[in-house]
Amino acid sequence: MLEGVSFRVAPGRGLVLRGPNGIGKTTLLRAIAGLQPPLSGRVEGAGERAGYASHADGIKPALTVAETLGFWADLYRAELPEAVYDWFDLADLRDRPAGTLSAGQGRRLGLARLAVIGREVLLLDEPTVSLDAASVRRFAAFIRDRHLAQGGIAVLATHIDLGLELPEIDLTPHRAAPEARGGSDEAFL
Amino acid sequence: MRAVLGRDLRLAVRAGGGFGLGLAFFLIVVVLVPFGVGPETEILSRIAPGILWVAALLAALLSLDRIFALDHEDGSLPLLATAPLPLEGLALAKALAHWLTTGLPLVVAAPILGVLLHLSGPGMLWLLVSLAIGTPALSLIGTFGAALTVGLRRGGLLLSLIVLPLYVPVLIFGAEAARRGADGLSVATPLLLLGGIGLGCAALLPFAAAAALRVTLR
Amino acid sequence: MSIWSYANPRKFLDTTGPWVPWLMWLSAAVLAVGLVWGFFFTPEAERFGSSVKIIYLHVPSALMAINAWLMMLVASLIWLIRRHHVSALAARAAAPVGMVMTLIALVTGAIWGQPMWGTWWAWDPRLTSFLILFLFYLGYIALWTAIPDPDQAADLTSVLCLVGSVFALMSRYAVNFWNQGLHQGASLSLDKQENVADVFWVPLLVCMAGFVLLFVALVLLRTGTEIRLRRIRALRARARRAETVPA
Repeated sequence: MLEGVSFRVAPGRGLVLRGPNGIGKTTLLRAIAGLQPPLSGRVEGAGERAGYASHADGIKPALTVAETLGFWADLYRAELPEAVYDWFDLADLRDRPAGTLSAGQGRRLGLARLAVIGREVLLLDEPTVSLDAASVRRFAAFIRDRHLAQGGIAVLATHIDLGLELPEIDLTPHRAAPEARGGSDEAFL
Repeated sequence: MRAVLGRDLRLAVRAGGGFGLGLAFFLIVVVLVPFGVGPETEILSRIAPGILWVAALLAALLSLDRIFALDHEDGSLPLLATAPLPLEGLALAKALAHWLTTGLPLVVAAPILGVLLHLSGPGMLWLLVSLAIGTPALSLIGTFGAALTVGLRRGGLLLSLIVLPLYVPVLIFGAEAARRGADGLSVATPLLLLGGIGLGCAALLPFAAAAALRVTLR
Repeated sequence: MSIWSYANPRKFLDTTGPWVPWLMWLSAAVLAVGLVWGFFFTPEAERFGSSVKIIYLHVPSALMAINAWLMMLVASLIWLIRRHHVSALAARAAAPVGMVMTLIALVTGAIWGQPMWGTWWAWDPRLTSFLILFLFYLGYIALWTAIPDPDQAADLTSVLCLVGSVFALMSRYAVNFWNQGLHQGASLSLDKQENVADVFWVPLLVCMAGFVLLFVALVLLRTGTEIRLRRIRALRARARRAETVPA
């Protein structure tokens, strides 16, 4: 889908991926996360250090907010910092089953997962969908003041301006040409 | 693994988790059989081990498509795949959770339902033992089948078509052990073969399931 | 030159394409000779009467039913290890052929069983194994057709073929164990050479050769079709991409 994309992100820095729908932002993030191998090229330094957040939050309606975050902390063998509930404004919702949350609240829970898994490289696919303005500011503050400030790395695909003043890369010029090589179809042309 | 296991068990017992559905299905099948074959004690007690094994197998089949499908629908699967737990471990944890919520209740309920079919005393014992040894293999095979068909439309039907032939050896040895036990014959050979299949499944099928999951996630 | 160069779809088509009609005619000729010889020019066996002549269909089709699965297993392994598309497509192409062979073996077995055992179907270990094999073919083909992405389908069906092979083998022995001794006398092990006189054996060999040729011809033909389907798909995808990007 994309070709000739190359970037390097230093610790404590972030990067915003821009480009129209369908250009391949999600594909690029999934490739960095190691979910699908790139047709050519390589990803360095992510792998075991990367945490990935997709469009979907993977929330189980039957589990409460606290149980959901506890599960992810447990799975990543990380501590669940008490402050997470404040960072993402979830303190009042702790014992609510996730199925009763609104879309925006659910998204906040999905993003709070990133704060408990303790990964240095966060790969965020449209993190602010269905968030209200205040929640967007909270999320931006988390990325800037917590994650990047501690030397973390964030790669975001987003259409809105988070006010993070991160460098941006526009993927539009990198759209692969129709006759581009690669892919399983190539053998049959 | 413990985390995934805990989560799946918790999800299964909460509302909408479907815990106990397999058990209810098991009960209904066993109740229906006498209506089909007639109430003669002799016939029922003779076919009881086989009926109970087939019914347990179908009940285990019933909940297989939930193993990965729900995680696929709500987007948990890629998140789980990028977690430190390897996919092989995930598959094993899922199979264990499926056995604890489906297989184990069936094992416990089988002798009770055996009463309805006039199963003899030793028959009940060996039915219990053979199910206890055989149902983990059913869960492992089912997890592999669920990994193959996750995300496919009409996946549930396809899953049965793929998994049921794979169940044949387990069913044969399991039911044979129960039948021999009921007849007072030696049960060692089928039980050992059943255990061997179970251990082989536990050793190899998580890898096959993980390979299938990797392909699906790509 | 390496044998793997034939894994290139175009080279495969160019090479095998001209063979297919020849193989078809050859298999037809060999089968005609074998079947006519077997049906009309062999004596009737004393125990079986003329019913024995069905072995000229039953045994070769049973042989190919198993060999087709073995071929799929090898092709699946090649796909998983070396990622040659032709290999995956050949496995896909062989499956329906193998399934039909299994069906022929089952039907002829039932027809033969009627005068021999007095019943159309007996849960004889061998017949039962073929019934299970038939179910494996069904599941394999169903999985291929259910997955839209061809590479994903090739991967998943290959994994199923590998695991299925192990379970099919286990089922074979499980079935033997399950029904040991019930049909001992009736188990018609005519397909073992030592039990068969040469007058029956030679035409049987000819029939087997005919079935092998038929199988090879059908698989090459069907693999060619699968390759062309993939090529159509690839060309369509390229045309679509060209539309979305303004020149």
